Amino acid sequence: MGQSRLSRRAVLKTAALGSAAAITAPYVSGVYAAGTLSLGCWDHWVPGANKTLDKLCKEWGDKNKVDVHVDYITSQGEKDKLTAAAEAQAGTGHDIMSHRDWNIRIHQAQLEPLDDVIAALIKKYGPISPVAEYLAKSKGVWLGVPTAVGSQVKPCCSRFDLYKQHAGLDLQAMFPADESKWDKAQTDKWTWDAYVESAQKLHKAGFPVGLPMGQTSDAVDWVGGLFNAYGAVFIDAKDNIKINSDQTRQAMEVARKIMEASPPEVFAWDDAGNNRWLISGKGSGIMNPPSAWSVAKRDNPKVAEQCWTHPVPKGPNGRFVGQLPQFYGLWKFSKNKQAAKDLLLFISEKESVAQLVAASNGYDLPSFKTMYDLDTWKIVEPPVGTVYGYPPRGDEQTSMFGAPARSEVGAQMYNQAIDTVMISKFTQGKEKLDDVIKWAEKELEGTLRA
Amino acid sequence: MADTIHTWTPALSDTSAPMVRKSRLRRFMRQRSTIAFLMCLPLIVIICGLVIYPALYSIQLSMLNKAQTRFIGLSNFTFLMSRDTFWMVVWQSTIFALSAVFFKALIGLVTAHLVNNLPVKGQRKWRGMLLVPWVIPLALSTLGWWWLFDPTNSAFNYTLQSLGFERVAWLSDPYWARFTVILVNVWYGAPFFLIMYLAALKSVPEQLYEAADIDGANAWQKFVHITLPMMRNIIAITVLFSLIVTFANFDIVQIMTAGGPRNMTHMFATYAFLLGIRSGDLPLGAATSLFMLPILAIAAVFILRGVRKRGREIG
Repeated sequence: MGQSRLSRRAVLKTAALGSAAAITAPYVSGVYAAGTLSLGCWDHWVPGANKTLDKLCKEWGDKNKVDVHVDYITSQGEKDKLTAAAEAQAGTGHDIMSHRDWNIRIHQAQLEPLDDVIAALIKKYGPISPVAEYLAKSKGVWLGVPTAVGSQVKPCCSRFDLYKQHAGLDLQAMFPADESKWDKAQTDKWTWDAYVESAQKLHKAGFPVGLPMGQTSDAVDWVGGLFNAYGAVFIDAKDNIKINSDQTRQAMEVARKIMEASPPEVFAWDDAGNNRWLISGKGSGIMNPPSAWSVAKRDNPKVAEQCWTHPVPKGPNGRFVGQLPQFYGLWKFSKNKQAAKDLLLFISEKESVAQLVAASNGYDLPSFKTMYDLDTWKIVEPPVGTVYGYPPRGDEQTSMFGAPARSEVGAQMYNQAIDTVMISKFTQGKEKLDDVIKWAEKELEGTLRA
Repeated sequence: MADTIHTWTPALSDTSAPMVRKSRLRRFMRQRSTIAFLMCLPLIVIICGLVIYPALYSIQLSMLNKAQTRFIGLSNFTFLMSRDTFWMVVWQSTIFALSAVFFKALIGLVTAHLVNNLPVKGQRKWRGMLLVPWVIPLALSTLGWWWLFDPTNSAFNYTLQSLGFERVAWLSDPYWARFTVILVNVWYGAPFFLIMYLAALKSVPEQLYEAADIDGANAWQKFVHITLPMMRNIIAITVLFSLIVTFANFDIVQIMTAGGPRNMTHMFATYAFLLGIRSGDLPLGAATSLFMLPILAIAAVFILRGVRKRGREIG
C-alpha cells in the first residue's frame, strides 16, 4: 500500500485554495429537513405587509421542513433596537434579526458573515447600493443582507397642483412616469436654488414646504443629502475633520433660506410631522417615502390625487437622496445558520421582493437597482405613476449622513443628528455660522473616540 | 435477647437524632426573625435580580471600552466631562429636577391643606380625583399631553387662537419645550406629594393646634410653628425620593421632545439612551446614567441623617 507524501507547503497551498473556494463559491443550499428558525422582524406600518413576509417564510419553511417563527417588533420608541441590544448582550434570542440604519455596525462583533449569500445575490442581480454596502460591510465582510422590507429613500413628494399654480413648475412634465421620457435639460433645472425659489413662492402663497429639522431620521436624511449635494464632508474616511469648508457654508445658507420659508414648528417635528403636514392639505411638499401619500389616500384622497414623487434637487456635487436601508443579520449564536442563510436568500429573490413591494404599496425599496423595474411603482394610483419616481432614477444617487467617515464614527454623527442641530442653531438659534461650525467641530472630535 | 437489646439501642439513637434535628429546625422556623426573613425572601430575590444585579452590571459596563472588551477605568466619565453637550445635559437635568420637585412639593402642600380642611364627607371623593394623574400609566398620559402640545395642531394653540391670542411654540422653541416637560412632570408627580402630606397632616396631634389657639396664634403662625416642624421628616423624605425619580426621568422627555430642539431638553436618561442604544455605545450610555449617582447618594445620606436625628429628638 503506497503512502502519499504531503509536505507542509502542499498542506498550506491546499488550505488556501480551499478557503478561497469557500469564499468565492456560489451559495449552495445546505438545509436539511429539521429544526426551527426564529426571526425578529421590523413591524411594518402598512397594514397587511407583515402577512406577505409571513407567507413567504411559511412557503420556504414548508418546502424545507423547517419550522419558521416570525416576531414583529415595532420601531416605535426604538423597541426593535432595544431588543437587538438585549439579544446581543445576552447571546441568545432570535436567529435572524432585522436591523435598521447603523445597527449592523453596532452589533458587528456578534454577527455571522453572510458573504456567500450576498455573493449569490450580486451574481444574480448586480451591484448593491453603496449606502447599503457602507452600512453592512465591515472590513470586507458582509454582516447583513439588505432587505426591501422597510428600506426607503426620501425623495420629494410634492403637490403638483400647488407647484404649478404658485411656483410655475410642472413637476409631472419634468419627471413623467417613464424614465426614458425624462429630458436632461429639464431635470438639470431642478436644483437646490430652484427648490429655494419655489419654496419661497409657496410660502408666500400660504402653502409652505415642510422639511423637518428635528433630530430624527427624516430630518437627518434630507439634510445629509443637501450637504452631499454641495460636496460638504464632515469627517473623511481617514478621521480628518473637514467640516470647516466653503461647501459647508454654501449648504448652510441654502438650509437657512429653506427654514425661513418653512413653518416654525419644523424644529419639533418627529418622523410623522412632515407626513401630517402634507396630508392636512396645508403643505405643498415634503421629502419622504410614499407613506405620506399612502395615508393621504386613505384619510384625505383629494390631497393624494395631487401628489407626485420625484427626485430631490441637484447641487454642484450632484443629486443625492437620503437612503435608509434595513438589513437582516444572523446572530453568531444561532443554532441553525445554514437554514437561516437559505431563508435569507429566498426572501431576497426578485420574485419575493416583488410581492413585498406590492404589499407595501411601493414603500419597500430593494437595494438592487435591477429591481427598480417592478410594476408596483408604475401602477399604483391615484394618480397613475405617482410613486414612479420613488426609486432613485436618472442621475439621482443615494446618500447617508455620516459617510464617508468610519461607520463607528458615522453612527454617532447620524444618531446625534449633528447636521440638523447645526442648522437649528444657525437658523432658529440665530448663532453665527462660524460659531456653529466650531461647535460641530468639537462634537465631531468627540465622535472620533468611537 | 442481648443481641436484640444490643441491636435495639443504636437503632433508637439513630431515629432520635433526626427527631432532635427536626425539633431544632421547627424551633428555628418558629423564630420571628426567620419567618420575617422567609416572607421577605421573594422581595429580596426580586431586588437582587432586578435592582442590585443591573446596578452592578451598569457600573461594570461604564468602565469598559465601546466594544466592551477592555477595562478602561474612569475614561468614559472623563470623556463625558470634556463635552459641552454633556454639561448642557447636566445643567438641564438639574433645572428640570429642582424646579419640578419644588413645584410638586408646593402644589402638594397647598392641595393637601385644602383637602384636609374639606368636610370629611366629600374628602374621599376629592382625594380620589386628585390622585388620577399619578394612577394613569405615565406613557399614556404623556402621549395625551403631547397631543395637546402638538407642534402643528396643538389643542391649546387652537384655544388660544380662538380667544385672539398668538400661537405658542410649545415644543419647537427650546425654552417653551423645557417649560412644557417640567409642567407635565409636575402634573404627574404632585399627587404623590399630596397624598404623603395629607397623611402627615392627619398625624399632627389636634391638641397642639388647640394649645396654639389658646395662645392666640393665627393660621400662619400655626402653620410655621406646628405644621411645618411636624411635617419636616415627611417633607425631607418625599423631596429626596422625588428628586431621585425626577433626575432619572425618561418617559416624559422622550415622548414629548426626544431631547430636542437642539438637544436643549435632554435629561440624563434620554441622553444615555441616545448614546447607549441609538448610537451603540453602551458603556458611555451607562456612564451617563451613573453620573448623578454619587451626588444623589451623598444628598441621600445627609437628608436621611437629618430625618433620623429629628426622629430621635421627637422619640
